[in-house]
Amino acid sequence: MNKTINQKAWLFVIPVFVLVAFNAAIPLMTVVNYSFQETFGNNVFAWEGTRWFKQILLSERFHAALGRQIAFTFIILLIQIPLGIGIALTMPKKGWGVPVCLILMSMPLLIPWNVVGAMWNIFALPDIGFLGYTLNAIGFDYNFTQQPGDAWFTTILMDVWHWTSLVVLLSYAGLNSIQPAYYQAAEIDGASRWAIFRYIELPKMKKVLTLAILLRFMDSFMIYTEPFVLTGGGPGNTTAFLSIDLVKMALGQFDLGPAAAMSLIYFFIVLLVCWVFYNLMMKNEARS
Amino acid sequence: MKKYKWLIPTLYIVFLMLPIYWLINMSFKTTTEIINTYSLWPQKFTTENYVKIFTDSTWYMGYVNSITYTVFNTILSVAAALPAAYAFSRYKFLGDKHLFFWLLTNRMAPPAVFALPFFQFYSSVNLFDTHIAVALSHCLFNIPLAVWILEGFMSAVPKELDETAYVDGYSFGRFFFKIFVPTIAAGIGITMFFCFMFSWVELLLAKTLTATAAKPIAATMTRTASTSGYELGLLAAAGTLTIIPGAIVIYFVKNYIAKGFAMGRV
Amino acid sequence: MAKVTLKNLSHSYLEKQNNNADWALRDISIDWKDSGAYALLGPSGCGKTTLLNIVSGLLKPTKGNVLFDDKDVTTLNPVERDIAQIFQFPVIYDTMSVYDNLAFPLKNRGLSDGEIASKVKEIAEMLELTSTLKNRASGLTADGKQKISLGRGLVRSDVNVIMFDEPLTVIDPHLKWVLRSKLKELHQKINRTMIYVTHDQTEALTFADQVVVMHEGQIVQTGTPVELFEKPKHTFVGHFIGSPGMNILPCEIKNGEVNFGGQKISSHNAIKKSNFSKTQIGIRPEFINFSKEGIPVKIKRVSNTGRHKIIDTECTGGNIKILSNASTEIPSGSTHVTFNKKFTYIYGDNWIIE
Repeated sequence: MNKTINQKAWLFVIPVFVLVAFNAAIPLMTVVNYSFQETFGNNVFAWEGTRWFKQILLSERFHAALGRQIAFTFIILLIQIPLGIGIALTMPKKGWGVPVCLILMSMPLLIPWNVVGAMWNIFALPDIGFLGYTLNAIGFDYNFTQQPGDAWFTTILMDVWHWTSLVVLLSYAGLNSIQPAYYQAAEIDGASRWAIFRYIELPKMKKVLTLAILLRFMDSFMIYTEPFVLTGGGPGNTTAFLSIDLVKMALGQFDLGPAAAMSLIYFFIVLLVCWVFYNLMMKNEARS
Repeated sequence: MKKYKWLIPTLYIVFLMLPIYWLINMSFKTTTEIINTYSLWPQKFTTENYVKIFTDSTWYMGYVNSITYTVFNTILSVAAALPAAYAFSRYKFLGDKHLFFWLLTNRMAPPAVFALPFFQFYSSVNLFDTHIAVALSHCLFNIPLAVWILEGFMSAVPKELDETAYVDGYSFGRFFFKIFVPTIAAGIGITMFFCFMFSWVELLLAKTLTATAAKPIAATMTRTASTSGYELGLLAAAGTLTIIPGAIVIYFVKNYIAKGFAMGRV
Repeated sequence: MAKVTLKNLSHSYLEKQNNNADWALRDISIDWKDSGAYALLGPSGCGKTTLLNIVSGLLKPTKGNVLFDDKDVTTLNPVERDIAQIFQFPVIYDTMSVYDNLAFPLKNRGLSDGEIASKVKEIAEMLELTSTLKNRASGLTADGKQKISLGRGLVRSDVNVIMFDEPLTVIDPHLKWVLRSKLKELHQKINRTMIYVTHDQTEALTFADQVVVMHEGQIVQTGTPVELFEKPKHTFVGHFIGSPGMNILPCEIKNGEVNFGGQKISSHNAIKKSNFSKTQIGIRPEFINFSKEGIPVKIKRVSNTGRHKIIDTECTGGNIKILSNASTEIPSGSTHVTFNKKFTYIYGDNWIIE
């Protein structure tokens, strides 16, 4: 659509600009401010320059948290994206099954995040939870509050439970927008099921899948509440992802300076990854 | 192969329903039964937990608080996003692209980064522990989302609609509310669904910005779990009740979900 | 390369059919000869696309049979029938190059790389796509994309029938005739049975040797373009083909004579007695002349298209459209017209009386 130039359009944007600036700019400035200073309580601050940034970037604690975060995000993307596409492909296209699938599959998305954590906590407890009890009954030594491996397994399973539906809904919408003629042409050309997926369905889903990967990356990278309620970051620090570590530092230990510096580094990483990924996808688009 | 296709979605739905069933199962048990016996359904069926929630104001006010700020935030986000999305979809203006990108970056800001500054900021303007504070803070991620979805829907409406209306002598205000808004009603519905959803499920900011007067139900639950030992039955009942508003919202928008995902950008 | 026979085909999209309206197709029988160029013509919703999809095997008919060279193929799928189909809007594989698009049907059929390369090269030359073979297919214009979908049908040497479902819908008007003559040229070169579905009479009449006109799920007439024009067998054909369409005027049959607006009309086909609920005269605007005597008419409006003049007139029996040369002097006010007897037909309940 060719748009007309109209500077008065700013008037329409002002409410949004004010509301978001009020919420983003002022707190962000506070964070930036802290990140360069040392606090002694009672609003006494001293200039520290880039010391906190250096400290955080070199600290093993940050490296460990970042490592755990990257591993977690990578694993859940690797599971959720293919699984979501697979489920969307097998979902009914018409009839009573459609609303049933849509309603039931959307359910996890609308449960408050700490309830998700709490729900999985009681679902996975080895003595009273269905999952924990069943796993132990069939011979696994499973206890997510004690064993790091089990804690990771449970956290990942919980996230798959919580968010795969988002990928399913997006993929399903992408699939539904494909005209029937494409399938008919492929049938006439003698294409195999795999070729139909590879050359018709996947290219047509590219836009929604980009979005799904971006959203899942952002949200899993920022995950806090669910693992906090489920494992509290434990056992030890084994499931303390970036946000959990950050809140521990800021609220628990009141290390405002390092916490602020870490916040900025954290925010910057999310922005950078999204920007790079988005540009890669769009460059691809422009070429075609 | 085609014959067994239904198995995959069915198994997935069973997997989704299991933890929810377990929560509901627990909510009809007494705490003693939960801790002492493992059973697939309540042995001594009780509604005691629900009775407690509906009679104790610290519990049921949690729901009222959550719904209040969620509804307030949804209205605020959509109302502010409507004109902005219109501007982005119809006009070019100084800094439009940068502004749009800046808005989206706020969707990428980890709430944990903002938790502490929000606490200090809202305390300093005397809004701490109010519904408004939570509703305003959720604008941080809901407004960018709302602008983004609405812009997608609005761009799909041909500009000729606007021009025809002006030729017919409509003022901008009358055109916008009488013609344009009804045209993108489905889009507004989808946007409200997403705003409601993200505001309802968020806890970190809601918990940080409230103490007693505006405390969300989800936060009430967390504290019960940690302070008064394991009142698991009560916790399960409260959790079960938090699923209901979401389920109701989904039921109403079920026909728009797939369509909305496809038409808009989300 | 095959003869296509349709035997008593009926199709319904509903599980149960209560009346005629529930059927998308009713009792269709056609014989299409090998290597012919045929068109299926009719307005949207007349069932022509349904019929096409039954021939290609994308749909299974509720009743009746489809035969290729006298072999029943009703239950076979499109691959087994060896057909090609070109759809309304270009269907291309976005992520592939033009070459890979054209090679795709051959690869799926397990041909060797060498065979594929020579076949694709031949077809690309025929369609003037050689220079774009290495490009991404999604970058082409609509007509280029439509050529690719056509090419995917042509590369296969085993194709029995090539079917076109309104293939020029999304093509720019000035490119339509280029592509259309290309199709005609291809038909002469490769000699395959082609079936062309359209609602555009110009496309159908210029492309096909035989045109099948459909109306509300039924065939109303099959014939050459000339036959359809000169002797429509159904008032719908008269009305639908030609611009402006045939004048359909109510008439009465009395004592073996045709009476229209108080005037006796002589017609090509004779009728003695009417058992019909309604009888009508059909006369094309091209075959009406002004004269000193005949049917008295009043001139209402004259529109000049450059090459022709279209004259709207009014008389006691109804409104009559007349087409004449642009150079013809048009009398003003009241005058008389006569119908050319050779092209004046009587219709009983919309069907021609024979």
